Amino acid sequence: MAYYENVFLARQDMSPTQVESLADTYAALIEESGGSIAKREMWGLKTLAYRIKKNRKGHYVMLDMEAEAAAVNELERQMRLSEDVIRFLTIRLDEVTEAPSPMMARRDRDDRRRRDDRGGRDGDRPRDGDRPRDGDRPRDGDRPRTEEGAAAPAATAPAEENS
Amino acid sequence: MAMGGGRRPFFRRKKSCPFSGPNAPAIDYRDVRLLQRFLTERGKIVPSRISAVSAKKQRLLAQAIKRARHIGLLPYIIR
Repeated sequence: MAYYENVFLARQDMSPTQVESLADTYAALIEESGGSIAKREMWGLKTLAYRIKKNRKGHYVMLDMEAEAAAVNELERQMRLSEDVIRFLTIRLDEVTEAPSPMMARRDRDDRRRRDDRGGRDGDRPRDGDRPRDGDRPRDGDRPRTEEGAAAPAATAPAEENS
Repeated sequence: MAMGGGRRPFFRRKKSCPFSGPNAPAIDYRDVRLLQRFLTERGKIVPSRISAVSAKKQRLLAQAIKRARHIGLLPYIIR
């Protein structure tokens, strides 16, 4: 059996308890076919980055499991049929980690990031290395400047000698 | 100084991959805050020649960003 991670999005107008029971049915489906749920996380109602099937928000649920491929196929089939599930994503994992996903540790993580930005990691790195300043166009600073750079001092050098 | 093509007007520090080395962050499609730093303000993936991400990590990063987009954590475009 292999490890899988399934994240699905439930409709925004469902109550958290309804989402919970929906997750229960999917968990039961996996367990019926010999798999096991290793981890279950409810990320709650979150605003989507774009509208999905007329929804602006969605309840995120993550299921980490160890199951047969057939069981996962059945799970995905059920999700496709369900009106309550607006989107899902199943990926295969090499291993299941006990640690909670970055989603759960969101708050404390944000604080740490901000402190990091000021101090260590970005201090010794050019700021503009991170992200192009002028939108989507790559900056021409990336192109080698050797010809101009070498030509300029050569031109000024003789002038200095004369004076 | 001077002649032999030495001094350039713009000194460019050598960039290193933000995902390599000790205590580098793990690339995870659920880590929206991390992934967001590698998107332009239009929501495109920043080319590795600008972000200095190594080729191997850039592939993983692109995969993670695309997964995050699919489940609505990141936008495909920002208008």
